[in-house]
Amino acid sequence: MSGDILVRVNDLKVHFPVRGGVLNRVVGAVKAVDGVTFDITRRETLGLVGESGCGKTTAGRAILHLYQPTAGQVAFHGVDLGKESPENLRRTRRHMQMIFQDPYASLNPHMRVAEIIGRPLRVHRLAQNAGEEKDLVTEIMQKVGLDLSFRDRYPHEFSGGQRQRIGIARALATSPDFVVCDEAISALDVSIQAQIINLLEQLRDDLGLTYLFIAHDLSMVRYISTRVGVMYVGKLMELASSDELYEKPLHPYTKALLSAIPIPDPPLERKRQRILLEGDLPSSINPPVGCRFSSRCSLATDHCRAVEPEFREASTNHWVACHLV
Amino acid sequence: MTQLDYSPAEKVVPVTEGPTAAPSQVGRPQVSQLLPRLFRSKAALMSLFVIVLVLIAALGATWIAPNDPSVIKLTQRLKPPFYTNSAGVTYLLGTDALGRDVFSRLIYGARVSMVVGLSAVLISGAVGLLVGLLSGYFGGLVDEVFMRICDIQLSFPTILLALTIMAVLGSGLDKLILVLGLTGWVLYGRIVRSQVLAIKNDEFVLAAHATGERQWRILFQHILPNIWSPVIVIASFTVASNIVAEASLSYLGVGVPPSVPSWGTILSDGRQYIGVADWLTISAGIAISLTVLSINVLGDWLRDYLDPRLKNIV
Amino acid sequence: MRYAIRRLFQSLIVAFGVSVVAFGMLFMTGDPAEVILGESADRMSVSQIQEFRVKMGFDRPWYVQYGSFVGKALQGDFGNSFVRHQPAFEVITDKLPATIQLASAAFVLSLLISIPLGVLSAMNPHKLLDRIATVLAIFGQSIPGFWLGILLILLFGVHLKWLPISGSGTWQHLVMPSIALAAFPIARNMRLTRSSMLDVMQRDFVRTARAKGISETRVVYVHVLRNSLLPIVTAIGLEAGFLLGGSVITETIFGWPGVGREIVSAIGSKDFYVVQAGVIMLALIFSAVNLLIDIAYSWIDPRIRYGS
Repeated sequence: MSGDILVRVNDLKVHFPVRGGVLNRVVGAVKAVDGVTFDITRRETLGLVGESGCGKTTAGRAILHLYQPTAGQVAFHGVDLGKESPENLRRTRRHMQMIFQDPYASLNPHMRVAEIIGRPLRVHRLAQNAGEEKDLVTEIMQKVGLDLSFRDRYPHEFSGGQRQRIGIARALATSPDFVVCDEAISALDVSIQAQIINLLEQLRDDLGLTYLFIAHDLSMVRYISTRVGVMYVGKLMELASSDELYEKPLHPYTKALLSAIPIPDPPLERKRQRILLEGDLPSSINPPVGCRFSSRCSLATDHCRAVEPEFREASTNHWVACHLV
Repeated sequence: MTQLDYSPAEKVVPVTEGPTAAPSQVGRPQVSQLLPRLFRSKAALMSLFVIVLVLIAALGATWIAPNDPSVIKLTQRLKPPFYTNSAGVTYLLGTDALGRDVFSRLIYGARVSMVVGLSAVLISGAVGLLVGLLSGYFGGLVDEVFMRICDIQLSFPTILLALTIMAVLGSGLDKLILVLGLTGWVLYGRIVRSQVLAIKNDEFVLAAHATGERQWRILFQHILPNIWSPVIVIASFTVASNIVAEASLSYLGVGVPPSVPSWGTILSDGRQYIGVADWLTISAGIAISLTVLSINVLGDWLRDYLDPRLKNIV
Repeated sequence: MRYAIRRLFQSLIVAFGVSVVAFGMLFMTGDPAEVILGESADRMSVSQIQEFRVKMGFDRPWYVQYGSFVGKALQGDFGNSFVRHQPAFEVITDKLPATIQLASAAFVLSLLISIPLGVLSAMNPHKLLDRIATVLAIFGQSIPGFWLGILLILLFGVHLKWLPISGSGTWQHLVMPSIALAAFPIARNMRLTRSSMLDVMQRDFVRTARAKGISETRVVYVHVLRNSLLPIVTAIGLEAGFLLGGSVITETIFGWPGVGREIVSAIGSKDFYVVQAGVIMLALIFSAVNLLIDIAYSWIDPRIRYGS
């Protein structure tokens, strides 16, 4: 793995205002992402997991500056995106793209396939003329496994898997370095998920891409990621290499998540003990003082409930936020 | 923990199966299917036929009308339909209080109705579309101000507003078009705004943003094409209501000048002669009703074709 | 409750806007003196017009004029009618009951006919009753209300002589105007009820109710109807505006002594202050009705209350 850092996220926070009262004033904030720090090195695939509402999608979008971060910095190729002029930021987008979750909502129903894929080329003026654009689009369609006869059709004529391929083609049209896969396979049928994840893997290897792979399916994430981070209510709980996290999890939350993955071996599955989490997710408007997981953690102590644990390196390249490690 | 081995057997398979139909959220472009569908509905076809007739009358009035609508012949006032005068000219729908040919006036009236109906809609539509787009997409203060203006304007019944303004400004075709256009934009603005709000957060809009497209481009090339449907449907119904509005205002004397042949002025002329020369009232009324009916039926069909979910809004 | 307060606040802004618009009516051609004097201005000398201007206070700066306008309006002083030598406000309020009577009659008529008809049509779709009702409804929505009024006068008043053709006073006087005014709402509400109910009847919870063995009548009247009410109530809310606006022409045609007819005749006689007072009254009544409907609406649909 080459050592240079492509994306540097430092103490990223994204808070959404909550309005209420008679005059619709801001009365609070949903702290969707509340202080997340990590780096992504070139050519690696960083997986980001967590339950629904933990902030992983918001984090992904904030990293690309599709949502404006409330605090913190995101540096891409060493450049702080928050300090860029809108025009420069727009130009930088060429190199950092996103694949969206919903294959039905992420494509403009009124545009043909060739138009959808060719648009990024037009926006960034990567083709000199219509002919060149057509060639580039053809090239991408082939890489992504779309039949060329689909060029002039509309999205609604395709299945979920095909539409997702169109979305992938669109994301890769400008030859980006960095691609955020925001639950890119979650909305697909299981058999199609396999196809698409293999496609993503192959493209990564062929084109030298760097991925931030956001998902909630733990087995899929393990398959494709080099490192995996676990988020909970807006903060990172654990971050380690893929194998290390799945085999030697340190954080109680990670352990609970992993215990929920079914084992495809019935006698073994029947025998093992799952860790059951009791209680509800704490509110992200008023997160608890102290460790966010303390309300559901069976090992929580008073210290856990009072003081928020630091996200530190517990062993080489294995980061955890827990007092008990 | 056991080792999880997830390695699917297949590698990347080029997709060879053909496209399959999938449900779409927003309206689909179906222009190629419009005509075949249209021909299947008898009601819609008949309505289209009537509208085409009216349009032909409007455009070709000078050639189609048998007589000059403004020629006054006091010797043949208030003659009933099918009256033939001494020169052998037959007046299909009789004459009015000044001896003018009602049938020809009716044909010229179609011109006024179409001009008013369509021009006012163009104005309302253009203004409403623009304001609705900007208000819905950018939100914030612009949106608040727009909503308040809408509320204020909507608190005046349209006819009343148009009536008062025309009364002060005096009658006239261009003034009428302007007034109807400017009182009608609010409806478009509201619906466009709500449509924009509905799709503003759809992922394809976010995707366009992620691609690096500029705001204005997104607004006009991604959002606008997806909100045409309700605008077109409302436009069709508004043409009808504008025609009725012109008739009402002209009837009250504040629409087009009384000498201009319009369906409203014919009705107005007929007012004093109810019981004596009913054909004035009846012919003009039938013309209006038939035209409006056809527009409504066609508009209904168009709405069902473009997006049946609009049924509860429009 | 919070929603109600917010709506009230909005209404105040709207009322302010209404006052501005009504005030602006005076300046529509640029010169208030011209608007008030109308054609007689042609016969007056420049100095006479200027005298008039000063007398009426049109030479003051516009914001001062606006201030005095609002101040007087809040006390019920909208100027005086040139024709009747009465305060304009009185002229209008005298006629208000008649307009409300007509509008209410039309409203009740529309509810009584359209909703049951819509329900029956939805219950027996595509049968004879439904087809006839739908055709009549489409006609009802297309025939201009005022022409319908004229036709009714022609048939029942002039030729058959069953009903009086103008004026008010007895229930016979009320029949034709209400029908003419109610035709469009009846037609539209009937179709809306029908389509809304058909929509709801497709939904799963109705299937569940039937599967549970609930009688069809109960399914229709209790489950389906209640859930289809929302778009119908919305439409009815909008009807208020239609009825108030439609009253203008209907009253004129039938000689019904209401606010609408008063405004039209005041326009004809250039009685500006009466027109202004009438327009303001109708607009404010309309806003008030809308406010009440919105608040009532928020009770019916919890999503509005809890949403934003």
